[in-house]
Amino acid sequence: MDASGLPVERSIRPYLTGLGLAFILTAIPFALVATHALTRLTTLVIIAVAAILQILVHFRFFLHIGFRSTPWENLVAMAFAAILIVFMVGGTLWIMFDLHYRMMV
Amino acid sequence: MTAGGSTTTETGSVPVSATRTYEERAFGFWIYLMSDAIIFALLFATYVVMLGNTAGGPTGRELFSLERAGAETALLLLSSTTFGFASVALAASDRPRVLQWLAVTAALGLGFLFLELDEFSGMIAQEAGPDRSGFLSAFFALVGTHGLHVSVGILWILVMMTQVLVKGLTRPVASRLVRLGLFWHFLDIIWVAIFSIVYLPGVI
Repeated sequence: MDASGLPVERSIRPYLTGLGLAFILTAIPFALVATHALTRLTTLVIIAVAAILQILVHFRFFLHIGFRSTPWENLVAMAFAAILIVFMVGGTLWIMFDLHYRMMV
Repeated sequence: MTAGGSTTTETGSVPVSATRTYEERAFGFWIYLMSDAIIFALLFATYVVMLGNTAGGPTGRELFSLERAGAETALLLLSSTTFGFASVALAASDRPRVLQWLAVTAALGLGFLFLELDEFSGMIAQEAGPDRSGFLSAFFALVGTHGLHVSVGILWILVMMTQVLVKGLTRPVASRLVRLGLFWHFLDIIWVAIFSIVYLPGVI
């Protein structure tokens, strides 16, 4: 992604790389869940790691986000959204599960 | 906005103000996507809070199909890739290719939507609709909101295909296709979170 808002991509290579990496990062957790090869906790951790890696792959190869190519303003907007998400999702889960725990006692 | 060298080299006879408009619209659209990401993040938080509130009704393990989630994932991932091919054709001003890849993208999106609506109607038919439990309300709110976005995305692709046919690859049309691309790739990222938080943990 660049600042122009107009098409600039000239090669399908990044898309093919992204497709390949995303496929691998999807196949691993699906296969683990289908085969029950590992314990529940280990599987959940691997699902989380694969999801985070895949989202980064999508950012890089489909949305073409890069520290040099992407405008500073767009990166700041992303960072701000990420902070809001961490606060609001983390806060929601913290409060609701704490409340749940206290109601059960 | 920083107007880099790349934005002024291709302007030709187009006034600088028009180029700035595309920059501003792309940035404005990016702000919209970030706020949309926050909406989805909170729907995810609601879903996780509601996970245990099944009210004696069916759980994810009984309702979700790993095969269906896998097929939906494949369709969306492929559609994101084919939209990328359309973007490359757009940069090369190859009008037939742009139309061709947009049509493939819309078809893959419709396939996804068909699988999702089939899942929803199957769940509602077996008394597992959004009114059954807090868990199912949260499930339909989250996955339904994503499905609604995909529907709007498909509609937007069809509108843009018409614009490419009628108006050609003019700069306003090209800039709209760039923003549509951001939207479509964004929806695939949300889906990665949906299958990783809803479907996979649901069927373990």
